[in-house]
Amino acid sequence: MKTKMNKQIQTIAKDNDGGSIFKFILSELKPKGKLLTPFNLIAFPVIILGIVLIVIRFVSGLGSVTNLTQDTPWGLWIGFDVVTGVAFAGGAYVLTFIVYILKVEKYHSIVRVTVLNGFLAYLFYAGALLLDLGRPWNVINPIIGNNFGTSSVLFLVAWHFLLYMIAELIEFSPAIAEWLGARRARKILSGLTIGAVIFGITLSTLHQSGLGALYLMAKDKIHPLWYSEFIPIMFLVSSVFAGLSMVIFEGSISHKVFFNQISEKNHKAQNGILQGLAKICAGAMFAYFFLQLLVLIHGKNWDLLNTKMGYWFLLEMLGFVLLPMFLFLYSYRHRNIFMIRLAAIMTMIGVILNRLNLTVIGFKWDAASHYYPSWMEIVVTLTVIFTEILIFKWIINRMPVLRESPSWVEDEKI
Amino acid sequence: MSFDRRNFFKTICVAGATLAVGNSFGAVKQDENAIEFQGVLYDSTRCLGCRACERVCATAHGLPEAKDELKAGVIRNTSESQRSVINNHITSKGEVYVKKQCMHCNEPACAAACLTQAMHKTKEGPVVWRGDKCMGCRYCMISCPFDVPKFEYHSANPKIEKCDMCYDRIKTGKIPACAEACPGDALTFGTRRELIQEARKRIFESPKDYVNQIYGEEVAGGTGWLYLSSAPFNEVGFNTKLQNSSYPELSKGFLYTVPSVFVLLPPLLLGIHEATKNRNHSNEDENE
Ligand code: SF4
Ligand code: SF4
Repeated sequence: MKTKMNKQIQTIAKDNDGGSIFKFILSELKPKGKLLTPFNLIAFPVIILGIVLIVIRFVSGLGSVTNLTQDTPWGLWIGFDVVTGVAFAGGAYVLTFIVYILKVEKYHSIVRVTVLNGFLAYLFYAGALLLDLGRPWNVINPIIGNNFGTSSVLFLVAWHFLLYMIAELIEFSPAIAEWLGARRARKILSGLTIGAVIFGITLSTLHQSGLGALYLMAKDKIHPLWYSEFIPIMFLVSSVFAGLSMVIFEGSISHKVFFNQISEKNHKAQNGILQGLAKICAGAMFAYFFLQLLVLIHGKNWDLLNTKMGYWFLLEMLGFVLLPMFLFLYSYRHRNIFMIRLAAIMTMIGVILNRLNLTVIGFKWDAASHYYPSWMEIVVTLTVIFTEILIFKWIINRMPVLRESPSWVEDEKI
Repeated sequence: MSFDRRNFFKTICVAGATLAVGNSFGAVKQDENAIEFQGVLYDSTRCLGCRACERVCATAHGLPEAKDELKAGVIRNTSESQRSVINNHITSKGEVYVKKQCMHCNEPACAAACLTQAMHKTKEGPVVWRGDKCMGCRYCMISCPFDVPKFEYHSANPKIEKCDMCYDRIKTGKIPACAEACPGDALTFGTRRELIQEARKRIFESPKDYVNQIYGEEVAGGTGWLYLSSAPFNEVGFNTKLQNSSYPELSKGFLYTVPSVFVLLPPLLLGIHEATKNRNHSNEDENE
């Protein structure tokens, strides 16, 4: 078994034009390009500070870094990093669905970067869950099957995170193989794509909604305007436009930052892609808004609208769902790329608001003392985000993600 | 809770349950007739407010003794260093003492929430926490409708603290330390059925002394800890707005849909994939 594996690795390595694969990786590990970019100047100090805080957190307990209380056991790290972060990573399953299942070829050029983004988001944001665990050494229990809490929504979500990361890694793996020049591996791995896509979409629908279902038992603790038994469906529908807005936002930045990696053809296609995404976003947002309206009518919560929390709810629904929805529609009709970007940013703010309203702001909204994240929680959150971006950049600069695949890939096609 | 919504979920549930290979996603079993859960009846009219229960609880579980004074109207809460507290509530019926600790629900939200089964409803009735399994995610705290589990935020090896009804003592045939220590006989240990009968009897015999309700008989699907009070329960620190059905029920609908999604969605996706395959001849390679 082992020798067979070794042989396979050898053949894979040999593919790389005879050079040693390890030497190649070593040389690739070195940073490319300028080190003193404005982004790095901000990111590095934050990351160093964040690492110090994480060490403190593990030495003297969660309370030394966070403002969490007995009343609010989940704060920014869960409410933002995990719940919101995963919603933004939803673009990957939506796009793989469109491209691999519906075969809309138009979006093919952005699938790789979106899957990469999704994978890193899960790795880092779901990984932030580990920081929040009081007894992380026992995380192994529900994984190796010591103790399966199968009645737990969190059990389901945690497992899905894990499996989905594997699915996304498989979806992305041809890019890694192309980078390493491993032709045979690429062929094998790309054969797995469609299976991984189907598995990944199934997992995504379940854990995107599962993140909302986590809060179903906290019925009496969440403000009634945000609580309903339909939270799972709301989370699922909103993950569609949350994810796609992120794709628009990230794509717009990548197109500037990594300008020279992108082929002429794909540059030209960009506007068409953005318009298409805007249309899908608007549709999903319409469905979402309609659902929210139904739930509001059904729950007979009208009187709550005329309270402070009610105005806050209206701001979220009208200002950051309905308005960007119209903006998407408008910009789609008028081919206004700037408006699409604006709408995407507003939508993202709306999703952040929604997730935080449910998990942090509206959680125990009536308690005497309310939870606010400490500056240290914010720094750690930024550390997670910045590290993710750095890794993202590292990969983009090396692997064919935005760039076209190497020419031998074309040759191998039938 | 209106009917159409429930039906909607029920339909999905039934679909899910029939499609599921096993029925492993059901929440904590509720076989009340088969197992007799044990519990404690607390009678506020008999409580002297001496806090003997607090003290023996601290000693029995190696926790520090509470130093704060008991003042009328000042509400103290259980904490990571105190599993049980006595409060003196000012009510329409005068001052009323009430003890507070874990309710040991029949269908505990905390145990349904726990992904490692660290929170566990024992067959005897007590709900216990098991440190060798817990990963400290605090989802039990999010889910418990009574806000009972407490977490040690200032420890590198934090524990969840909550009343365990002295499970170790019960296993050896003893009764919970607080029930044993109570000089006023305010705490009675027994099976839930006996306790409810006893409580009914007390209300029946002296209806003037009690409000006609046993808190814990129905709330949250029924709890192991039962309360009698001379003042309305919303005046003595209880949340009377909690639902009577069990809390794990709230996420059951979702959990039951999971197997059906797993069975139905992949073939559906594969079907669409096959159907669209030949639509685009110029793009043979879908393996990127
Ligand atoms: S009161 Fe809370 S902690 Fe105690 S058994 Fe019920 S759900 Fe669990
Ligand atoms: S904190 Fe521990 S006991 Fe509570 S739900 Fe998480 S793993 Fe279970």
